[in-house]
Amino acid sequence: MSTLSSSDSTQHPLYVGCATGFSGDRTDGAGPVVDTLIALGGGVLNFETLAERTLALAQIEKRKDPKMGYEPLLADLVGPVLKRCLDHKIQIVSNFGAANPQAAAQRIFALAREQKLRTPRIAVVYGDDLTEPEQLKFLLKKLGSNIDPARVVSANAYIGAYEIAQALKEGADVVVTGRVSDPSLTLGPAIAHFGWAMDDWHKMGCGTMAGHMLECGTQVSGGYYSVPGQKSVPGMDRIGFPIAEIRADGTFSVFKARDTGGLVDDRTGREQILYEVHDPARYLTPDVTADITEASITQEGPDRIRVEGIQGHPRPAELKVNVCYDNGYLAEAEISYAGFRARERAALAGETVRKRIGHLLPLRVDLIGAISIFGDDAGELMGKGLPESRDVRLRVAGVHIDKSIAEKILREVTSLYCCGPAGGGGVRTSLRPRLDTLSCTIPRESVPCGYSFVEEQRA
Amino acid sequence: MTSMNQPTTQLPLYQLAHGRAGDKGNTSNISVIAWDQACFDVLVAQATEAKVAEWFGYRHPTKVTRYVLPKLKAMNFVLEGILDGGVNDALNLDTHGKGLSFWMMDMPIEVSQDLAQTLIIKEYAQSV
Repeated sequence: MSTLSSSDSTQHPLYVGCATGFSGDRTDGAGPVVDTLIALGGGVLNFETLAERTLALAQIEKRKDPKMGYEPLLADLVGPVLKRCLDHKIQIVSNFGAANPQAAAQRIFALAREQKLRTPRIAVVYGDDLTEPEQLKFLLKKLGSNIDPARVVSANAYIGAYEIAQALKEGADVVVTGRVSDPSLTLGPAIAHFGWAMDDWHKMGCGTMAGHMLECGTQVSGGYYSVPGQKSVPGMDRIGFPIAEIRADGTFSVFKARDTGGLVDDRTGREQILYEVHDPARYLTPDVTADITEASITQEGPDRIRVEGIQGHPRPAELKVNVCYDNGYLAEAEISYAGFRARERAALAGETVRKRIGHLLPLRVDLIGAISIFGDDAGELMGKGLPESRDVRLRVAGVHIDKSIAEKILREVTSLYCCGPAGGGGVRTSLRPRLDTLSCTIPRESVPCGYSFVEEQRA
Repeated sequence: MTSMNQPTTQLPLYQLAHGRAGDKGNTSNISVIAWDQACFDVLVAQATEAKVAEWFGYRHPTKVTRYVLPKLKAMNFVLEGILDGGVNDALNLDTHGKGLSFWMMDMPIEVSQDLAQTLIIKEYAQSV
């Protein structure tokens, strides 16, 4: 592959900011990130919006309307900063294309037109979607699964940074992807900026871990961290999203957008570097096997840390694929009890529901306020003695492939109003289709990915 | 380990460390990040794979693996099979097991009284 520039240590660092950590995150994070990038002389803006399930939900939307299936909050995320990004050559790289990157690109063209901006150059990365009949057949065989292909909602490979890097080198203002490995959103820009070779495993490891630190948004800058009285975070209501300063030698620093709340220190940094990591010597992505066993994190200044010592080893031979499929209905219903013997009344209500429909499907019973999320589905912890509690919410949950059976949970909990223990109130019920996921790896040749520049289509 | 003749006291793990839980499929990883070197040494000695497996025993982990990262003064525990199937399958309200780091944080650790004194002061200092 071509190298546009040499990795020389005097090269200007690359700044990459990340303004969301998942679909459903705050939508006002980008403004301060972009302002900070402008003050630093430019950079790249990431939005990470695809959790495991998000893509399946997007596929369902696309089936209903072929113009949908991308991040529903796209306009809220991009609209407020598109002008500043285009004016200051801040490139946007995001997986907000979800199940429909082409439609996402068209929405961004429309935003530019509405705001009377120049027409952006938008590239989409394709190839992650493996829902063609032949591909599905191959995947289900690989998974050893006999589920009906008609039940499959989505099938996507996690692709890497190469296509993103190429699109940026060719001058994309915006790169829209579907499923790519989250850290690739940051590694791609670093490859384009420094001209790193794709088999420079050390650099691939460094860029990947920079992306790993950013990919959950504020989780590195004070989110998912505060414990009052123990670990304080100032200004949680206006927490700043993170920015990485990546240097040509692969070392990087993490700080946060200017004039925001939050906290970046060696503690928030250490919590995030280990987040969702299994073997620290083998953090697998499509691009590299990153290794953080010798990594260190040091405080460089207020709200700024330096990460060093990242290593890299050759990338995995195969790509990871997630297949999401319809698997019945999840029913949940709740009712509250308060005052004396509240916990006993809630427990009796749960037992009553069990006796009536427990033979039809497995039920999970929670006594929220006494024990709920610590417990296991089998209720083993609940059997070990419970704290007294005077304000308890019973929750009954179950899954069944047959909607009418799942619905019985809703009806049985609702009927506790009259037929259950004394003083039950506040019933709420919900019934939702359930999606399950299967994972496997497949050869890279089976994932024909690439990128292309998109033309604006006027209606 | 604390020496035989030194008086000890039992403290919850959160007096010595902080941490975070993440999920992938039916596996949870929980980081345990020591406040300082003295805490790290105690935790490496006591927060063993066997002890953590026992502490989470009611959720029946199929495998518990501990990775020690001295440069980060941290350990990473990988607990397989404890999420009742994981984010898509579990009936738990917290399908990700986000709250499980706080189960870890309550695990009792034997600490010398000298160290315990400094930890209690430290927590007080952080809370004011």
